[in-house]
Amino acid sequence: MIEFRDLVKSYGDRTVLGPVSGRIEEGGITSLIGPNGAGKSTLLTLLGRLAAPTSGTVLLDGTDVHRTPSAEMARRLAILRQDNHFTARVTVRELVAFGRFPHSRGRLTAEDHEHIDRALGFLDLGDLAGRYLDQLSGGQRQRAYVAMVLAQDTRYALLDEPLNNLDIKHAVRMMEQLRSAADELNKTVVLVVHDINIAAGYSDHIIALRDGAIVANGTPAELMDPDLLTRIFDTPVQVHEVDGRPLAVHHR
Amino acid sequence: MPESAAVRVPAAPGPDTSGPAAPGRRPRPSPGTSEKGRRRGPSPRVRLLVVGGAVVVAALCFLFLFVKGSFDFAIERRLTLVGAMVVAAFAQGVGTVVFQTVTHNRILTPSLMGFDAVYTLMQTLMVFFFGGTVLAATDGLAKLVVQTVLMVAFTTVLFRWLFSGPTGNLHVLLLAGVVLGVAFESLSLFLQRMLAPADYDVLSARLFGRLGSVGAEHLPFAFAVCAAAGLYLWRRRHRLDVLLLGRDAATGLGLNHRGELTGALIVVSLMVAMSTALVGPMTFFGFTAALLAYQFSGTHRHAVVLPMAFLMGLLTLLVGQFTMEHIVYASGMLTTVIEFLGGVVFLAYLLKKGTL
Ligand SMILES: Nc1ncnc2c1ncn2[C@@H]1O[C@H](COP(=O)(O)OP(=O)(O)OP(=O)(O)O)[C@@H](O)[C@H]1O
Ligand SMILES: [Mg+2]
Repeated sequence: MIEFRDLVKSYGDRTVLGPVSGRIEEGGITSLIGPNGAGKSTLLTLLGRLAAPTSGTVLLDGTDVHRTPSAEMARRLAILRQDNHFTARVTVRELVAFGRFPHSRGRLTAEDHEHIDRALGFLDLGDLAGRYLDQLSGGQRQRAYVAMVLAQDTRYALLDEPLNNLDIKHAVRMMEQLRSAADELNKTVVLVVHDINIAAGYSDHIIALRDGAIVANGTPAELMDPDLLTRIFDTPVQVHEVDGRPLAVHHR
Repeated sequence: MPESAAVRVPAAPGPDTSGPAAPGRRPRPSPGTSEKGRRRGPSPRVRLLVVGGAVVVAALCFLFLFVKGSFDFAIERRLTLVGAMVVAAFAQGVGTVVFQTVTHNRILTPSLMGFDAVYTLMQTLMVFFFGGTVLAATDGLAKLVVQTVLMVAFTTVLFRWLFSGPTGNLHVLLLAGVVLGVAFESLSLFLQRMLAPADYDVLSARLFGRLGSVGAEHLPFAFAVCAAAGLYLWRRRHRLDVLLLGRDAATGLGLNHRGELTGALIVVSLMVAMSTALVGPMTFFGFTAALLAYQFSGTHRHAVVLPMAFLMGLLTLLVGQFTMEHIVYASGMLTTVIEFLGGVVFLAYLLKKGTL
């Protein structure tokens, strides 16, 4: 379980997040939604100890993520940022192999190679494994980044807009994979997603942010409320029922 | 059934990853593109062996060809020279690669960051206050150690000061290093204007690299520093690979980014300061060695790039010195020529790349 208490993040005298508190239960998928600049990435990087909060604490299974040695944290929690540009010229396979670093410290074992192959297979990257990152399309590169996080094989995975640049096939495929990781391997996945319908379709839990505050927090069924969504996104949203599932419509 | 049907086998654990993938696993490479990206050419190990072999051949040629006069005397002189080259190539080549890895750039080098300027200022101050004869009079291990310590102290203070600030931004650090370097150079230049011509002559000879005048008695100290630094870096070679991914990814993978960065910068300072104190400033040599290493390694892995940078630096110096001594008969000019060529390469690279 990830528990965050009174988290605040300020830049200078501008507070961009918080104070927010809450918890993310173990197992299952939690999605963070909200408009641009709402503080989703900020919250995720604080949870994933990539940035230090101005105040407040984050506990992962009871230990403070900002005080635990980074190496130990890396075996329990993996995080992917929204923007990644690696200057190193590496192939897809080499990138994914970096995900094993917390376990192997750089000396890959047969077990590491299994994890790497599985992650490459999960994201449909088998054919691209030998390519350099700068020879990939945006969506292919995004899948390679996610594969690296999956290869890290942690109980907790935090992904900032993993569906960025993905076509519908790969977006659906990735969500299915994350779903099965949550259901079969009891992983805890926290995502930032912009597509409300994807969030509702695949998540167990949704946290909605706006202007640095949590404005709604609940199951997809609770969140798929036209008035609530309209308020969060400042845009008229209707919710229709299609095949027994709520579907948000916000454009024609 | 044709094998192109997309069967996604959760691939068997392949023991070897560096080799090409098994042919059966790639249904249809789209024309040209898919093959292009694959790593071609000899494996990194073969590349290291080839370059290492070339270094050995060059060293043997340099040591034993064209010996005139006393064999023993010539060999002793040349061995000392090779020793100085080993130190310079190791410190500048390896130091530059590590520096560029942790600062995420391929342009700036420790020498450009103010090391040379500090060295120049120290020499100038000594001549300014004590006259031209002091340089030769004080030469010795003690001076070498003191100069090294002073330069490491300067850069460590600079790094600590910059990293403890609220920004902790590498670009600020680099900029500060360059600006301080320019300030020191200007101060040196100002002081040099006021020197007596004879003192100035003595000084200016010191401000060029002087591989040829390194005393053999200083080499054990230099080797010890290189060995200690090399051991530290070799044990961290996998971490250096991870540092290539940048601060956030490295942190996510469990590195104490700030700690690794500080450690690496201090070790680089030590190596480069020692090399500068021993053989004088060589501003573009590290850049050249590192660039050659990136080109010839065929991988980002420091286990390959670090030894390659050392070998490439050494090869450059050996071939250069051999050429200068036996073909153009200007043996004292090696560092000048390397600086000139290195500077040209540096400019060409900068223009081609167009940005930092
Ligand atoms: N380094 C920074 N300095 C100052 N302000 C920042 C910084 N990083 C983020 N912000 C501000 O913090 C706020 C929240 O940013 P954040 O990246 O968390 O938004 P987000 O919800 O992820 O948005 P998006 O959907 O566009 O990714 C924004 O207003 C942004 O301008
Ligand atoms: Mg964001």
